[in-house]
Amino acid sequence: MAAEVILMNEVESKAAQLGIDLSIDFNSIQLPPGENFDIVSDDEDVYHEDQLEFDSGFGNVIVVDNLPVVPREKFDKLEGVLKKIYSQIGVIKEDGLWMPTDPETKKSLGYCFIEFNTPQEAELAKEKTNGYKLDRSHIFVVNMFDDFDKYMRVPDEWAPPEVKPYTPGENLQKWLTDDKSRDQFVIRAGTDTEVLWNDARQSKKTELVYKRTYWTESFVQWSPLGTYLATVHRQGAAVWGGATTFNRLMRYAHPQVKLIDFSPAEKFLVTYNSHEPSNPRDANRVVINIFDVRTGKVMRDFKGSADEFSIGGAGGVAGVSWPVFRWGGGKADKYFAKLGKNMISVYETETFSLVDKKSLKVENVVDFTWSPTDPILALFVPELGGGNQPARVSLVQIPNKTELRQKNIFSVSDCKMYWQSDGDYLAVKADRYTKTKKNTYTGFELFRIKERDIPIEVLELDNKSDKIIAFAWEPKGHRFAVIHGDNPRPDISFYSMRTAHNTGRVSKLSTLKGKQANALFWSPGGRFIVLAGLKGFNGQLEFFNVDELETMAIAEHFMATDIVWDPTGRYVATAVTSVHEMENGFNIWSFNGKLLYRIPKDHFFQFLWRPRPPSFLSPEKEEEIAKNLKKYSKKYEAEDQDVSMLLSEQDREKRRMLKEEWEKWVSGWKRTHEEEKQDRQKLRDGEASDGEEEYEAKEVEVEELLDVSEQVLPFED
Amino acid sequence: MRPILMKGHERPLTFLKYNRDGDLLFSCAKDHTPTVWFADNGERLGTYRGHNGAVWTCDVSRDSMRLLTGSADQTVKLWNVQTGTQLYTFNFGSPARSVEFAVGDKLAIITTDPFMELTSAIHVKRIAKDPTEQTEESVLVIKGPQGRINRAVWGPLNSTIISAGEDTVIRIWDSETGKLLRESDKESGHKKTITSLAKAADGSHFLTGSLDKSAKLWDTRTLTLIKTYGTERPVNAVTMSPLLDHVVLGGGQDASAVTTTDHRAGKFEAKFYDKILQEEIGGVKGHFGPINALAFNPDGKSFSSGGEDGYVRLHHFDPDYFNIKI
Repeated sequence: MAAEVILMNEVESKAAQLGIDLSIDFNSIQLPPGENFDIVSDDEDVYHEDQLEFDSGFGNVIVVDNLPVVPREKFDKLEGVLKKIYSQIGVIKEDGLWMPTDPETKKSLGYCFIEFNTPQEAELAKEKTNGYKLDRSHIFVVNMFDDFDKYMRVPDEWAPPEVKPYTPGENLQKWLTDDKSRDQFVIRAGTDTEVLWNDARQSKKTELVYKRTYWTESFVQWSPLGTYLATVHRQGAAVWGGATTFNRLMRYAHPQVKLIDFSPAEKFLVTYNSHEPSNPRDANRVVINIFDVRTGKVMRDFKGSADEFSIGGAGGVAGVSWPVFRWGGGKADKYFAKLGKNMISVYETETFSLVDKKSLKVENVVDFTWSPTDPILALFVPELGGGNQPARVSLVQIPNKTELRQKNIFSVSDCKMYWQSDGDYLAVKADRYTKTKKNTYTGFELFRIKERDIPIEVLELDNKSDKIIAFAWEPKGHRFAVIHGDNPRPDISFYSMRTAHNTGRVSKLSTLKGKQANALFWSPGGRFIVLAGLKGFNGQLEFFNVDELETMAIAEHFMATDIVWDPTGRYVATAVTSVHEMENGFNIWSFNGKLLYRIPKDHFFQFLWRPRPPSFLSPEKEEEIAKNLKKYSKKYEAEDQDVSMLLSEQDREKRRMLKEEWEKWVSGWKRTHEEEKQDRQKLRDGEASDGEEEYEAKEVEVEELLDVSEQVLPFED
Repeated sequence: MRPILMKGHERPLTFLKYNRDGDLLFSCAKDHTPTVWFADNGERLGTYRGHNGAVWTCDVSRDSMRLLTGSADQTVKLWNVQTGTQLYTFNFGSPARSVEFAVGDKLAIITTDPFMELTSAIHVKRIAKDPTEQTEESVLVIKGPQGRINRAVWGPLNSTIISAGEDTVIRIWDSETGKLLRESDKESGHKKTITSLAKAADGSHFLTGSLDKSAKLWDTRTLTLIKTYGTERPVNAVTMSPLLDHVVLGGGQDASAVTTTDHRAGKFEAKFYDKILQEEIGGVKGHFGPINALAFNPDGKSFSSGGEDGYVRLHHFDPDYFNIKI
């Protein structure tokens, strides 16, 4: 800070010498924070290439207008002031400041060009100093040099926009109408990205839908309802979809995009990138765009230093916790919110501005989550003042920002919030210090959101000191599973938010002792769960039925890194991705743990099931189907049987062909072998034995004398 | 049945060979000392001392009287099987990688590695009936293939020589003139180093194993590709059952690439495949390290595997094995 003060003094004195009004608002210049914590961004390579690309262009040049018109002798002073202002923002190239002069009056023309090292710096300079008040009559107007061209080309007369005739689009949901009701998934291995049908029920393998080499430059991602597949490129993101194959539907320009995120109803796409600043003391510069998925229009952009976007988060990629913007308000894409310092900024998508034009002020808030269904925020404020002010979890309704419920929790070290998928329950896992503050133990605060006054219940494990390894709500259900314990074989407990007699009490259903598991994967339909032992447990899998509280199958996918249920809950995919050098590929299992097929793939990066939109069936209708399941299943069983008959028929046929072909080879070999018999005998000096004829096996007994020793034993009477 | 663990070598195994009667098993390892075992109970019968380097290969004559061993000490030695005495030493300028007696045992192929300025070569030597008349002289020397030749064997009636090695191409040479007769197709052939080659009992077809994680079955006379067997691991050793239509592939990740402590990570299994349907039937686990050598007993009722772990595992099949239906 001291350096800054001196800097200001200098500028002020220079300004005084120039006779310029001293009421310059230097505070309006936001200094980029001067640290990057020595973290070298991995996009440095890209960044350097980028720089080379632009060196020849004028992307790094800005034009500053509305400067004071000064005679020659005051040139240096004005230049000094400008340099002071702009070198705070970026590195000005050597001789990068040029102030043209009127050849007659020898005075400056009131504008200048400034060339920065990088286009990013130029962009930043434009943003920061446009409208900068040097004094009352000199307010800077800053433009990118490249933009001039664009402005010059604006036609003088307005031309009505061309109206394109309506062309009906493709049915982007066509895949849902598959007559075998199969699901699709995308895999990325090596340079290939493939979309495949999972045909486990019938052919026990996959069927290719679409394949493309170098489809994406880093990863692919389905939109939440499965309509689009997003790819990421140097120039931006793109979405793909279509009735039968995959066509590019829209592009979203965002150079060097790193991360993307869809809103839950897939109306909007958020893209993110961060630049390494040329001045290593500065923080990374972050650009976030929010696009309308269908039109490709930028609805709102956010720019700033990484510090502004990384509050509270533990730090995902390059310092920000992704997604920066969390979407809320259920499936309507109505709100999105960002955690800030002492506040939560909630935006609404009608106008893309802050709700009530201001952020929600919450002192020291460190985390928040949206209810998956309702516009309710759950936020967490940690303990302050050495325990004088307890930690707090509160539920806030949006848009009126009223607090629905609040709970103070004492001596908390850490807190995590888990919503049940229907927004019925919220579990808050609080790690608390024991009285001595030496150890921590974990308890749960369970909120019943849909009940009157939102009752809260405290749940502690049977063994309080158990560490919690994993927690997961049953989707659409009232149960949850917890892995707890310190020993290498932790226990797994299942709880229900209902008991047989009383719906308002949480109760334990069962505890499984000593399981090799560290992750929980509920079926999207609930009821079934995969208890998985990833990493240290080498891919142990236990398929468990929570209704019956019984194990359906125990299996292993050695080294498995990823486990994903298909959206219908019929199949489970387990994959070994390229974090391991070996074993790469994926297995498909039935919900009850039967291995259906395996596909090994080297350099396996991603496995993603194509999500399905929620069913249109009403709950009553669904119940009706469940009741009459027998009727339907008959039809499908018959279908399956037909297919399996056909397959085994084909299989038999194939085997018969192979056998026949082989027989042909063998008989040919036998013939030539016979023909060559004489020659072989000759080679062996007439020895007839060809090895094929019988020989007698004789049993020979060999006795070997190993050792003979004589010992005189005393004769005793 | 429980495998018989044969401990005798101090270094990784390199090669295994049964004699024609199937009562003796010869093993070569990097510890300089080829060893002979009773093929039935795994008892050690004797060793052949004299090499001064890793022994890469061996072959035994049809009458089980002579043993030929090739070593990294740049020699190939001829031994009396029964007494273990050295009968003759062929000297080369580079390590000997593979040896094989011809039909009739009057000729032998020896391949040598590229070394210093020497290229790899296939030598044909005359083997005298009386060791005192043995000479160093080569009947034929074939040069040409790039890189190491890992295996060279005789074709039918000693009229051809089949070679395979680092350059992934299988070649058939005329054993009289040394002329190249056939080359395997680049498209359908192996993509990486061929590590092993095993002939069928009647020599009509042969199996090659490669680091490209596959094994391929070829017709000996026409070099037609008949079958391909895919695995998940580099293949170091292959063999074929003389009795049933089974092929066995052995291998595993290079020891240096195995990063985890779990031995399952390397897949050090001997994998059985149906020769005709190309489907995996089963696997035999046990080695702690890649399998470097495999050999089937000529009676087809047992097989042995030699591993990087220095053990030879001798497996007698259970009766169930002979009734496998797929």
